[in-house]
Amino acid sequence: MSVTVSMQVNGKPVSHEVEERTLLVNFIRDVLRLTGTHIGCDTAQCGACTIHLDGRAVKSCNILAMQAEGAAVTTIEGVAAPDGTLHPMQEAFRLEHGLQCGFCTPGMVMSAIDLVRHTPQPTEAQVREQLDGNLCRCTGYHNIVKAVLAGAQAVAK
Amino acid sequence: MYAFKYQRAASVEAAAASLAAAPQAKLLAGGQSLIAAMKLRLADSGEIIDLGTIKGLSGISVEGKIVTIGAMTRHAEVAASAAVRAAIPALASLAGGIADRMVRNMGTIGGSVANNDPSADYPAGLLALGATVVTNRRRIPADDFFTGMFETALEAGEIITAVSFPVPLRAAYMKFRNPASRYAIVGVFVADFGAGVRVAVTGAAACVFRLPAMEAALSARFVPEAIAAIKVPEQGLNSDMHAQADHRAHLVTVMAMRAVEAALK
Repeated sequence: MSVTVSMQVNGKPVSHEVEERTLLVNFIRDVLRLTGTHIGCDTAQCGACTIHLDGRAVKSCNILAMQAEGAAVTTIEGVAAPDGTLHPMQEAFRLEHGLQCGFCTPGMVMSAIDLVRHTPQPTEAQVREQLDGNLCRCTGYHNIVKAVLAGAQAVAK
Repeated sequence: MYAFKYQRAASVEAAAASLAAAPQAKLLAGGQSLIAAMKLRLADSGEIIDLGTIKGLSGISVEGKIVTIGAMTRHAEVAASAAVRAAIPALASLAGGIADRMVRNMGTIGGSVANNDPSADYPAGLLALGATVVTNRRRIPADDFFTGMFETALEAGEIITAVSFPVPLRAAYMKFRNPASRYAIVGVFVADFGAGVRVAVTGAAACVFRLPAMEAALSARFVPEAIAAIKVPEQGLNSDMHAQADHRAHLVTVMAMRAVEAALK
């Protein structure tokens, strides 16, 4: 059995036949070949699969592709400017060295963009609390928090 | 995940008709518990009815001393709602403490209430606030709704459309979180209505429950010390690798006192 699922991904309309049980993260990675969105724990805990669904940060490993029917999805591939200029939050992660192995980074960045959208001038405590859905197994949190705080300043400018 | 048939309901009536035709089907709200359970093959209904695109099932309204929250309203919306924060700040705070930010952006109040996870936060809020669960058929008081572990008074084909909360004088919810799963190891919601106090506990047992002894003591005197000596028997409490039953029994009193303290602030 299969169904047709259609949505906008990074501004482009896409439509594909998929199995009903296809998760959004598998649709993004395996069908669209956008492999910047990572599968870490695959149990909705680590946040490596975080994408934006109609502007809300969500865990794409815990959502059916069908639940995104008609929605606007943004993945890590869609946040930089078309000329390749990094999003201010990506640039902040680069400048503050907010990564070690980099596996959690796409999810961290997508989560952080959503975080500063709702909390434009977060305190360090707010960043730490609100990043609790993103795990970094290098435990590189110190620089990640610095990067989110710097990114919040850069986004505000 | 096992394969399943998928359909999207256009209305509550259509979803009810689909459920009648396929009684084993599962309703999909935000899916933050259901999809995870299906992935682990803990759930296999063979058929999914997605409520996600039904119009009019989400939203928050306040009329007089009643706050009504549509079943498909997401936790993040309740947490951020100025109306809820003004009327029942403890409820907004409870919603803002569920799981993590990304899960709160998908999970819904109707889904959480229908699932009745023994460690979920909303059941404590509904029970302590004396909420009413509104379905496509009737209105069910919270006292009659939560019947057991993952069990509710919902009948076959019945669908939650909203939850109505009376506004208390003051209230607070305090939980001792599992640091990994963020579920409540013990969570206590205390609500003072002036005419009486209601106390509900989640996470501690198979199902959310009230504490009449604490309610009586707090109705007489709404201060943390009034319940300091009230101990919950450990018989019947959950005992697992996260906390033994005696630990949970101890935490119930501690969290209840903290909730009273928070409500007084």
